[in-house]
Amino acid sequence: MAQSDLDGFFSWQWVFDRQATVRDRVIEHIQQTTIAVGVGFLISIALSTVAIRWNWTAKPITRAAAILYTIPSLALFTALIPITGLTLLTAEIALISYTLINLVPSIITGLQSVPASVLDAADGMGMGRARRFWTVQIPLAAPQIIAGLRIATVTTVGLVTISSFVALGGGVGAFINDGRARAFSTPLVLGVALSILLAVGFDLLFILLERLIPPRTRRTAQ
Amino acid sequence: MRSIWEFLTTSANWGGRRGIWARTSAHLWLSLVSVAIASTVAVPLGIWVAGWKRGAGAVAAIMNIGRAIPSFAILALVLPISIRWGFGLGFWPTVVAMVALALPPIFLSTLTGVRTIDPSVRQAADGMGMSRWETIRQVELPLATPQIITGIRISTLAVIATATLGALVAFSGLGSFIEEGRASFDQPRYLGGAALVVMFALLAESLLLAVQRLLTPWTRP
Repeated sequence: MAQSDLDGFFSWQWVFDRQATVRDRVIEHIQQTTIAVGVGFLISIALSTVAIRWNWTAKPITRAAAILYTIPSLALFTALIPITGLTLLTAEIALISYTLINLVPSIITGLQSVPASVLDAADGMGMGRARRFWTVQIPLAAPQIIAGLRIATVTTVGLVTISSFVALGGGVGAFINDGRARAFSTPLVLGVALSILLAVGFDLLFILLERLIPPRTRRTAQ
Repeated sequence: MRSIWEFLTTSANWGGRRGIWARTSAHLWLSLVSVAIASTVAVPLGIWVAGWKRGAGAVAAIMNIGRAIPSFAILALVLPISIRWGFGLGFWPTVVAMVALALPPIFLSTLTGVRTIDPSVRQAADGMGMSRWETIRQVELPLATPQIITGIRISTLAVIATATLGALVAFSGLGSFIEEGRASFDQPRYLGGAALVVMFALLAESLLLAVQRLLTPWTRP
């Protein structure tokens, strides 16, 4: 490659020469984000149900989520490597922990906003607890839950990049790290741009999901 | 756990220019400056946008996407500019990245706070002949205070935890312990640094919760 390609602020040529790498990095980024938010969501549902069933646990649970969130990511990745190795699991443990602070409170407020009369009606129809939870409570709480998911997902898209620091994949973060290390702006700008595009993509998916919820449930829940 | 304890109880780790005291106060000062700048921008902006009939949702979505911009990328992008303009390494590049990090939560919570005010309250203010400015100061701002402070609290937590990345651009804060510990495989040092950050963040959160309760006595149970 000609040296002149490396001089400007952004070289399209550099990107075209690496199309396959760019594609792989984007796919990796989507995978890491989806796993983190998906598993984080399931854990948050469990924690929120506990917090609502036994009221006194609500404060300690949200507090614990806040503590996890304040552990600096670099330190957490570094501390986990001796235990879980240079694996996807190491990156995901950290990423999943960081989703809880946004997901747990929004699921709790969402579930609590479901009117007691609706729950009574479901009981009256003979619904079991599990069925009532998944077919009545979760859909009615959807607006708040999706709002929490949007924030958690977009934040995770940004955080995934940090795992590139400690050689744990890191999706498009690898470009940012490369650009930073060599003071070369093209991969840096590419990494940031892809990170923003990925966030926009995920956000649009959630907006679509929100539209898919039947209008009546949307109105009732507000 | 014992290693963290040893790190924290060795008095040599506390004093000096690169000690815990100096770095904690640098970390505190940087977080204060960043959150103050972010609040000064985000709160008025949130109140202003909340008054729009259309387009507020779009601005909120754009702000939300801002969270996806990695802080360490902002650091890397700002560093050369900061050096060229004479702001140097360390403090100012980190402040820029932290302000960018703190803006979205404060803006979005201010927006929600103002938007969820009961319309009849605003009508009452109009009916009393309040000007726009009086309505903002005496009605909207107080009613949105709980949400605004919640936003500031979330941002403060994020800033205190993330300002550790400042060590990458030679900011000597609590992140320096993490960076040094990582570089030299000194586990007590980076875990100790992380523990200090967590304690510091929780302390700041408790403080802001107390402020919130003081400022909004009507929400106390």
